[in-house]
Amino acid sequence: MEQNESSQGELESTLKDHANKLVDSLEHGNFAEAIQVIYELNQVRDRGLYQEVGKLTRELHNAIVNFQIDIHGKHAQEMSQINDATHRLNYVVEMTEKAANRTMDLVELSAPLVNGLSDEAQQLREEWGRFMRREINADGFRDLAKKVDSFLGRVDQDSSQLSSYLNDILLAQDFQDLTGQVIKRVTALVTEVESNLVKLVMMASHVDRFAGIEHDQAALKAEAEQQKVSSQGEGPQMHADKRDDVVSGQVDVDDLLSSLGF
Amino acid sequence: MKILIVDDFSTMRRIIKNLLRDLGFTNTSEADDGTTALPMLQSGSFDFLVTDWNMPGMTGIDLLRAVRADERLKNLPVLMVTAEAKRDQIIEAAQAGVNGYVVKPFTAQVLKEKIDKIFERVNG
Repeated sequence: MEQNESSQGELESTLKDHANKLVDSLEHGNFAEAIQVIYELNQVRDRGLYQEVGKLTRELHNAIVNFQIDIHGKHAQEMSQINDATHRLNYVVEMTEKAANRTMDLVELSAPLVNGLSDEAQQLREEWGRFMRREINADGFRDLAKKVDSFLGRVDQDSSQLSSYLNDILLAQDFQDLTGQVIKRVTALVTEVESNLVKLVMMASHVDRFAGIEHDQAALKAEAEQQKVSSQGEGPQMHADKRDDVVSGQVDVDDLLSSLGF
Repeated sequence: MKILIVDDFSTMRRIIKNLLRDLGFTNTSEADDGTTALPMLQSGSFDFLVTDWNMPGMTGIDLLRAVRADERLKNLPVLMVTAEAKRDQIIEAAQAGVNGYVVKPFTAQVLKEKIDKIFERVNG
């Protein structure tokens, strides 16, 4: 970077010197000298430009090395870390989907057990009430006693089954640890790639300066904005509680809709 | 009551299906985006549509617009269940004629509330 600044400084001071010399020569009618000055100016600019393009090329090469892409290899695509990250993220999607399905399987297995116990308990309670009100005879009581006995057996069996389902539901959450690690690694890679890209853009801007290229930032921004089509959907919003353009929950949605006459 | 659930993630469809079953709605079908949902709606006599917004192929908002533009479907009650949380988007959905809007993550209670409200209005 220091080297860049010095070469930029050199360009500027040469420009100033030569500009004065050029005006001088022209005022004195010395056209041959003026042409010579212009030639020298061109040379300084070209030299700077070549230097910057050279640096940019080197930097690009370094970036490629940093991304660990073997550009000469046959399997360049598979070798890249980005590709690896894609695989890793797909793994996260698979793991989370599997865990969600496993959890729902277990919930769907548990629900009928709970419902069955609750139904039978309700039925027994009614019969027990009749017994307490002395509304059943000896045969009825023997029948009720049998039912209570079988119910107690069922509670014992089903509750141990339920407890094992609950345990499995707990275990199905172990994906969080694995996916968390994967996502952290990918996040680190994205940050690294971004900082490398920023470096490249900085290098490229030095080339722009020597070449006298100017970009219409406003037009570029407008173009990027235009490509954002809201109906495509954006997915979950981050920091919703700190933003005005985003609702932070169902209460906000309901308020907004009722303000629209819903 | 026949309900169509549209979401590109099978787990989300399963969650909604289970919640609806708890609420007593057992006749449900599923589609993974608007492109597959629209012909199902046009050929099957659905009474209610629950859709996500962000899906590949045809999005939920486009599906909603297609439903409202269809002479036979235009009165179908539509509940949007989505992660899209921008005010502009909710206004867009309201203008497109949505009957209810639930943001993810949501609770069984919220889903029940919105569905009750929609049918209260449709039947009232």
